[in-house]
Amino acid sequence: MLNISRISKTFNHGTVNEKRAITDLSLHLAPGDFVTIIGSNGAGKSTLFNAICGDFLTDSGSIILNGEDITFMPAFKRSKHIGRLFQDPMRGSAPGMTIEENLTLAAASGGWLSHVTKADKKRFRERLALLGMGLEERMKQPVGLLSGGQRQALTLMMATFVPPWLLLLDEHTAALDPATAERVLEITRDIVNKDKITTLMVTHNMQQALELGNRTLMMDAGGIVLDVKGEERAKMTVADLLSQFRDRAGKNLDNDRMLLS
Amino acid sequence: MNLSALFAVGQTALELGLICSLTVLALFLSYSMLNVCDLSTDGCFTLGAAVGAVVAAAGHPLLSIPAAMLAGVCSGFITAIMQTKLGINSLLSGIIVNTGLYSVNIMVMSGKSQINLNKKATVFTMMRGFLAETPLKNQYVTVVAALAVVLTVLFLTLFLNTRLGLAIRATGDNPDMVRSSSINPVFTTIVGLCVANAFTGLSGCLMAQSQQSAEINIGGSMVTIALASLLIGSTLMGKGNIFTRAVGMVLGAFVFRLVYAIALRLNMPAFMLKLVSSVIVALALALPYLKDQWPVISRRLSYKKAAAGREVK
Repeated sequence: MLNISRISKTFNHGTVNEKRAITDLSLHLAPGDFVTIIGSNGAGKSTLFNAICGDFLTDSGSIILNGEDITFMPAFKRSKHIGRLFQDPMRGSAPGMTIEENLTLAAASGGWLSHVTKADKKRFRERLALLGMGLEERMKQPVGLLSGGQRQALTLMMATFVPPWLLLLDEHTAALDPATAERVLEITRDIVNKDKITTLMVTHNMQQALELGNRTLMMDAGGIVLDVKGEERAKMTVADLLSQFRDRAGKNLDNDRMLLS
Repeated sequence: MNLSALFAVGQTALELGLICSLTVLALFLSYSMLNVCDLSTDGCFTLGAAVGAVVAAAGHPLLSIPAAMLAGVCSGFITAIMQTKLGINSLLSGIIVNTGLYSVNIMVMSGKSQINLNKKATVFTMMRGFLAETPLKNQYVTVVAALAVVLTVLFLTLFLNTRLGLAIRATGDNPDMVRSSSINPVFTTIVGLCVANAFTGLSGCLMAQSQQSAEINIGGSMVTIALASLLIGSTLMGKGNIFTRAVGMVLGAFVFRLVYAIALRLNMPAFMLKLVSSVIVALALALPYLKDQWPVISRRLSYKKAAAGREVK
């Protein structure tokens, strides 16, 4: 589904602030893969996502998504097939517009001059009901009135309303309280499983990294240092993961948000 | 002030308010929806007036309307290209275009700073002929302006609820979201400013034809007047759906003109208009901030009072 081969990115090239954010990174995802990513601060997790989404162009290498070479495609064109959630729940929806209006934009059905139809509204309500947050009764309310958790759940719904080829989750539950985070994670799992969406999820929760999905990556210094799946992953504990990281990266995993349990 | 004078004041305010409300509706799209303060409004208003007057003077009063709107679209397009494709700050692009438009406007009026439409056919004289035998025969200005406003409000209500309209609103509401979605903010900004400026041009065109002359300063400080009306309008009817808010804009323009007309009647000199509009805009823009600060200020005051009380003891 996603084929990244040997991409690199250096910021502030040739200055004292030069930062090699991604170095010769390759990654291949099979359709339906649900991959969790962990790594220390500045390992290049978000930079990898930015590269995939086209926030900047890579210095070398190529990115192919579902057979289409997107290496030089502008960000807004890639977004048609890539859903993305950020840590900040405020980033993914327009606060001054109603839930219905936000969903109309996300559903992207019909042409530029089309209006929302009765059938659309019914579909929105059905999908919102699945969240179990009562949002289907608040269609005409501006999104700005929702709580962080509700907004993140809505953003998730918007990003996957038309199942994307690739879903990128950048610590999307990190800013929520534990109970809400748990609920949003549950919704994530349901949606991803239902539509078999190929997903990359950055998390700082080690247990989560092993439990969710079918594959775990560890990143350090702009590269992938560990890639486990299948049998090996099933038997792995958090302690194994940490010692593996130490062996491969030559240092302890250092992330100020890391949750070990 | 007697009743007939009051009626005359209301009549003028209604006519001017309706014509100017088209500019307010343009700012409603660019300022309230797209979150771009389009400072080319003054020049664009004059451009609409000039183009409309030239076309009308050439004997095509009906054609003057689409011509003025098209001129507005061009002006909006240039402002939009400057801020989206050339990386110029949105306020600056407006100011730059506004300055350039001064020359363009004189050029349109073939080097003169005024075009007289006396005894020329305009959309208003056409309407006067049309209404000659009806009870509305003295209301032809209001009828034309009201027609334009109703059509514009309906258009905006429909347009802002299409997918394109929603995308334009999202661009102003949450640029972060738009950047990571499949909406191209360059495209939405261009469309938004083009449509908005079409209405500014229309507003200028109608203004010139209603007073039977276009002159280079006709659009002077239009942006401040329109902003004042917009802020009054959103205070009156700021909540609710697009239609309600758009109607609020028209109401705002009318209220502003009414206040101004009454002030004139009470012997306020005409040159005070600009100061009055500046004060209204400044106050309206500052109010939300002051409202936010009020708890802190009031706590400070009561704290001081209490402290003074303790000292006395």
